[in-house]
Amino acid sequence: MKILLDAFSPSWVERCALLVLIALLLGALAAPLISPQNPYDLAQLSLSDGRLPPGSAASAGQGVQRYWLGSDDQGRDMLSAILYGLRISLLVGLSSTLLALAFGLSLGLMAGYFGGRLDSLIMRLADIQLSFPAILIALILLAVLGQGVGKIVTALFAVQWAYYARTTRSAALVERRKDYIEAARLLGLSTPRILFRHLLPNCLPPLIVVAALQVAAAISLEATLSFLGIGLPITEPSLGLLIANGFQYLLAGNYWISFFPGIALVLLIVAINLVADRLRDIINPRLQKQ
Amino acid sequence: MSMVQPLLEVNKLQTQFPTSSGIAKAVDDVSFSLAAGEILGLVGESGCGKTVTGFSILGLVDPPGRVVGGQVLFKGEDLLTMDTERLRAIRGNRLAMIFQDPMMTLNPVLRIDTQLIETLQAHQDISRAAAYDRALEALGEVGIAEPAQRLRAYPHQFSGGMRQRVAIAIALINRPDLIIADEPTTALDVTIQGQILALVQALCRERQMSLIWISHDLSVVAGLADRVAVMYAGKIVESGTVRATLDHPAHPYTRGLLGAIPALHERGSRLLPIPGTTPSLLNLPAGCAFADRCAQVHGACALPPPDFAVGHDGPSHRVRCWLNHANSPNRIADAAP
Amino acid sequence: MLVFLLRRLLQSGVVLLVMSLLVFVGIYAIGNPVDILISPEADQAEIARTIAAFGLDQPLWTQYLIYLQQAVRGNFGNSFVHGTPALALIVQRLPATLELACVALILAVSLGIPLGLWAGLRPASKSGRAIMGLSILGFSLPTFWVGLMLIMLFSVQLGWLPSNGRGATTELLGVPVSFLSWDGFKHLLMPAANLALFKISLVIRLTRAGTQEALLQDYVRFARAKGLRSARVVFVHVLKNILIPIVTVIGLEFGSLIAFAVVTESIFAWPGMGKLLIESINLLDRPVVVAYLLTVVALFVVINLVVDILYSLLDPRIRLSDQAD
Repeated sequence: MKILLDAFSPSWVERCALLVLIALLLGALAAPLISPQNPYDLAQLSLSDGRLPPGSAASAGQGVQRYWLGSDDQGRDMLSAILYGLRISLLVGLSSTLLALAFGLSLGLMAGYFGGRLDSLIMRLADIQLSFPAILIALILLAVLGQGVGKIVTALFAVQWAYYARTTRSAALVERRKDYIEAARLLGLSTPRILFRHLLPNCLPPLIVVAALQVAAAISLEATLSFLGIGLPITEPSLGLLIANGFQYLLAGNYWISFFPGIALVLLIVAINLVADRLRDIINPRLQKQ
Repeated sequence: MSMVQPLLEVNKLQTQFPTSSGIAKAVDDVSFSLAAGEILGLVGESGCGKTVTGFSILGLVDPPGRVVGGQVLFKGEDLLTMDTERLRAIRGNRLAMIFQDPMMTLNPVLRIDTQLIETLQAHQDISRAAAYDRALEALGEVGIAEPAQRLRAYPHQFSGGMRQRVAIAIALINRPDLIIADEPTTALDVTIQGQILALVQALCRERQMSLIWISHDLSVVAGLADRVAVMYAGKIVESGTVRATLDHPAHPYTRGLLGAIPALHERGSRLLPIPGTTPSLLNLPAGCAFADRCAQVHGACALPPPDFAVGHDGPSHRVRCWLNHANSPNRIADAAP
Repeated sequence: MLVFLLRRLLQSGVVLLVMSLLVFVGIYAIGNPVDILISPEADQAEIARTIAAFGLDQPLWTQYLIYLQQAVRGNFGNSFVHGTPALALIVQRLPATLELACVALILAVSLGIPLGLWAGLRPASKSGRAIMGLSILGFSLPTFWVGLMLIMLFSVQLGWLPSNGRGATTELLGVPVSFLSWDGFKHLLMPAANLALFKISLVIRLTRAGTQEALLQDYVRFARAKGLRSARVVFVHVLKNILIPIVTVIGLEFGSLIAFAVVTESIFAWPGMGKLLIESINLLDRPVVVAYLLTVVALFVVINLVVDILYSLLDPRIRLSDQAD
């Protein structure tokens, strides 16, 4: 922890970002333990507590003493809803990124290592994919697939893989020409072994930064799609869905139902971006030394 | 000491670049002067500060580098303390510069006529039509065929030598009093180098223009300049008339440079390269910076070397070295017993 | 120039053809085209009619040709919901989206380039750093959240700007536009700013990076050595060089503006084709979704073509190499 903080010493903004990110991650992990109520256990909700402003006291017997961030139209404690929403947003963002990373990385390694036709085929595909805005591709895929966690992960996966393929390929192209790969080949090691044990570790640093930035992008895109009502179903409320749910009350002056989930989302995204930027600075000098 | 005011007088010029590992003294205590119509060759290896000297004179040092001390008197006025508008009016007008790499000097997205005409219009109230005629004339003067057609072209349509001719035309279009030419032939083919050299020389003689020719090549300077200044690690180590300096080089570094020139030697004799490389400008020693590479290094070289007239050509031939200096600590020590 | 244009046109045609093939294959990959082109509530007669019209009883490649033929005529089937041709619905909503995207683009350029230049010329100054900080925020904040905040501030709290709809529209060359009337302009302002935010940040970054790079180039130093006024050095020598990549990126980003308009239109209830798309997806109105997709792809192709032409006009080096071959 101390070392981690020291690495982030140049600016207090980045330090704060790291602390906020850790707090949000812990909050999401421990949501069932620390949130005042289970927001999706209908027995714990009371419609009479609907749309109470932040700080309102709860009616008796709710398990909640006070709605610190207000309650939504169904009398749900917003703080609890946000903690649970964070879980879903992070789950979707992280899992889609990891899947896309694994897939794009494998394709990129192969393209960079083997070159030739396979390379141009994979890169042409990536080019086509990247020439269309991510949101458009995700919209079309979801229009076809429908709603659901698995489906939105698929859509976010489809949007992301090309970035990793491209980044890995350019790193692999550089690494491939170096002596240690030649040596591994002369030793007669199997191709998968060369690819994943020798080439991969040396292509990783730039990928880590891209992946960290992409987690933020994926969470943002998921929130956008869910806000539009074509991402996650109402049974799995991510932050984006919470915001959408409060949107209709925003104009009526009940700002908190949208506002606080929005703040949580923005904090999460900005914190990830800042941490990723710092990560790039930490990783870059090592890249230059190689 | 001449009674006539020199055209350019540089006094104790100092330019420094702060870097993460210390301050690089690119130009350190450089002084020289130049009379009207005179040609000075400023010679040294790459990184010795000769280009930065040129930029410092024109006020073109890029931040974070900056001129920290000295004077640059042009016709008696100090360019370093002048307000920016006055300096701008002199730059490109009375005092012009030609750069090293002609491929990079011309703006790739502007036509040649634009780049010529804007130089005129920056300094005089002249109609576009009149400026166009002047541009046409200027291209002709630097030996570009069919100037009317070439004016409409973009830089990428020219060869390197042609681009340097265009750059020279731009620098000369306002008939400046002084041109600073920063290795304008280095990036060109050998045959083109000779042409450009001859062109600049002819134009200078014809117009009584002063010229500072910055070069790493003593043999070029030998045939071109009236006087020569040899720079090493940010300092001028020897200066004088070409004849005196090249015939009686007083500084071991100048001798080394001469030894490394094939043409000045007899066929078959061995070249004598200077061992080692130029020192880092970040950690210069208190004494002579050339000491590490000098064959005649001795105890006194750990002290800052004195700058004195060697007397081969009157007071104008000066050297910054302990060798042959009357008060050299070594000489005193030798003489003591 | 003519050869250049013709060749680019030909290329664009090929791209469109390939995309139409992809969409066609996509329809088959998803499932039975009968389900996609025909409303579930259609009666037997209508199903038969559509099958005949699209040749769904023919072999695959014939079907593709028929589909192509129909697509060229602009027939993507009727909307299940509205019962009118899907393409007509899209075209009807197109002006609203284009107006929004154009105004956003103008905002991005007219704010992004000056701010980016300023930040590039004085990277260490307080203002320069503040501009960069803002652009990083503009990059990372989700568009829809910013839209919500705008509504909260300007519509709910201050009550200055309306939060939904286009307002009064005026006919301009037969196309309804909002920006010509005060009411329409007030409606346009917030959505356009919202849509532009990301692009402003992008243009700031591009301009700043380009400026800093150009300032180190010899031609800028030479321009200063010529004694040019700094305004001319910055606005002619620097700007003209960095404009080339900026125009390229901005042009290509126009397509993404149209795509992102989906979000902005939904928040501000702006009656463009993006809002229609979301409604259609929610109502499973597939012909409209397909028509939207192909319209957007066609727009992308046109935009790419325009960018290519602009690029060649701006960069003399490209122009020459094209004439040479």
